[in-house]
Amino acid sequence: MIELKGVRKRFGEQVVLDGVDFIVREGETMALLGPSGTGKSVLLKHINGLIRPDAGKVLVDGLCVATLRRSDLAELRTHIGYVFQNGALFDSMNVFENVRLGLSDENKFRDLAYAKARVAECIKLVNLAPETVEKFPSQLSGGMRKRVGIARAIAGAPKYLLYDEPTSGLDPVNANVIDALVKRLDKELGVTSVMVTHDVRGAFNVADKIALLSEGKIVLQGTPEEFRDSENPKVKAFLERDFESDTPFAA
Amino acid sequence: MASIALRLPRFLGRLTLGFLAHFGRISLLVAELVRGLTEVRIWVPRMFAEAATVGLGSLPIVIVISAFAGTVTALQAGYQWQTSLPVSVLGTLITNTIVLELGPVLIGLVLAGRIGARYAAELGTMRVTEQIDALESLGRSPASHLILPRVLASTLMLPILVIIADVIGVAAGWYFVKQVLPVTDADFSYGARAYWKSFDAYYSVIKAMSFGLAIGLLSCYMGFNTQQGAEGVGKSTTAAIVTSSVVILLLNTLLAKILLNP
Repeated sequence: MIELKGVRKRFGEQVVLDGVDFIVREGETMALLGPSGTGKSVLLKHINGLIRPDAGKVLVDGLCVATLRRSDLAELRTHIGYVFQNGALFDSMNVFENVRLGLSDENKFRDLAYAKARVAECIKLVNLAPETVEKFPSQLSGGMRKRVGIARAIAGAPKYLLYDEPTSGLDPVNANVIDALVKRLDKELGVTSVMVTHDVRGAFNVADKIALLSEGKIVLQGTPEEFRDSENPKVKAFLERDFESDTPFAA
Repeated sequence: MASIALRLPRFLGRLTLGFLAHFGRISLLVAELVRGLTEVRIWVPRMFAEAATVGLGSLPIVIVISAFAGTVTALQAGYQWQTSLPVSVLGTLITNTIVLELGPVLIGLVLAGRIGARYAAELGTMRVTEQIDALESLGRSPASHLILPRVLASTLMLPILVIIADVIGVAAGWYFVKQVLPVTDADFSYGARAYWKSFDAYYSVIKAMSFGLAIGLLSCYMGFNTQQGAEGVGKSTTAAIVTSSVVILLLNTLLAKILLNP
């Protein structure tokens, strides 16, 4: 279980998170919505300890991420796959080496036969052609980079998957492909996921639960239905702004 | 008037705090690197790959610079030469000038630009494109994967490059001094050997190692702490070159005092 209790974070004078309370239970796929620049990615980076809170607690499996020893934090991170917004692929390495780095067990990483088999398996899971492993990140499209980023995140068979804007910058067709992939992987791998997005349509397609982050606080956390039926003015305003006249998630 | 009087202490205070912050962060980085030494399987192969790239890539510029340094030393010796001295002194002069000073310092300064810029730009780009965050999120240490191999590669390769530079510089000086003054090979060789101490070679290598360590550590530190996109990468790269160059000159003075004039 992932739990954030009263998390506060500021950068200089700017308060980004102002007492965030947030729970993701085992097996859930949680979409974290919010306008651009509201601190969704900052919140996600708190979960795997890339950013430490100024106040409050971030608990993963009951462990307080901010106070873990370096070695324990590294161990915890091997159970948390992180998909970065722009892939964050290592540009001096080909796809095989990138995905291979996701093998958190050093012995498995060194075992070339195992690594080749596992990388091929992960590449297949994200619907990429086997020959992609020879390519370098600069030879891939935006959608392919995101998929390689997902393959790297799942290579170590993590318990949790954190997606940072997996569909941003993609055309609607590719965005749908990634949404479907996220949904399928969550079910096939049985992972607990948090997906940061400002794409309401994608969130409703993929998530079991949805949360809205606004002005440094979680405004609402609930099922898509609860979210859709909410009378909270911030939720309504966000949904109306995003969909305007189009309401494809409506029952 | 009062505000002007306050500006100086404020400026000095900010400067001191900035320096202490850098010092603290570099100390933490060094502690992290020492911890990373235990991950031998990770940094050793990367260090050799980095050393090969740094060494082979820098060899042409090292050869050119050391050849010119030796040549100019010989030509200036020819211009300033006093005929009352034995010509064998030229062997001593050129050899010691190259080995004790010009070889390590010139190569150090040039490689501060070449290697320092490369390390700072590489790590800076990795920082702003979240590649370093990605490495950390995979439970891997940036210290043992990225920084330690680079710092050790520059620390080990600089002495090797400086030894090559010393040999080429002395050879070039030997050849050109014969073109401008009536010196024989025997005179030069006698002069070079007469006042030669094996400590001179060690001193050259110790200087090169300390310069290599400074270049590697400072450039990686600057690159690793890059902020704010492409502009940040540019700033880190410039800071890496300038800081490494200044530190090389400081170390040069410090080592001359400690090792040559204790």
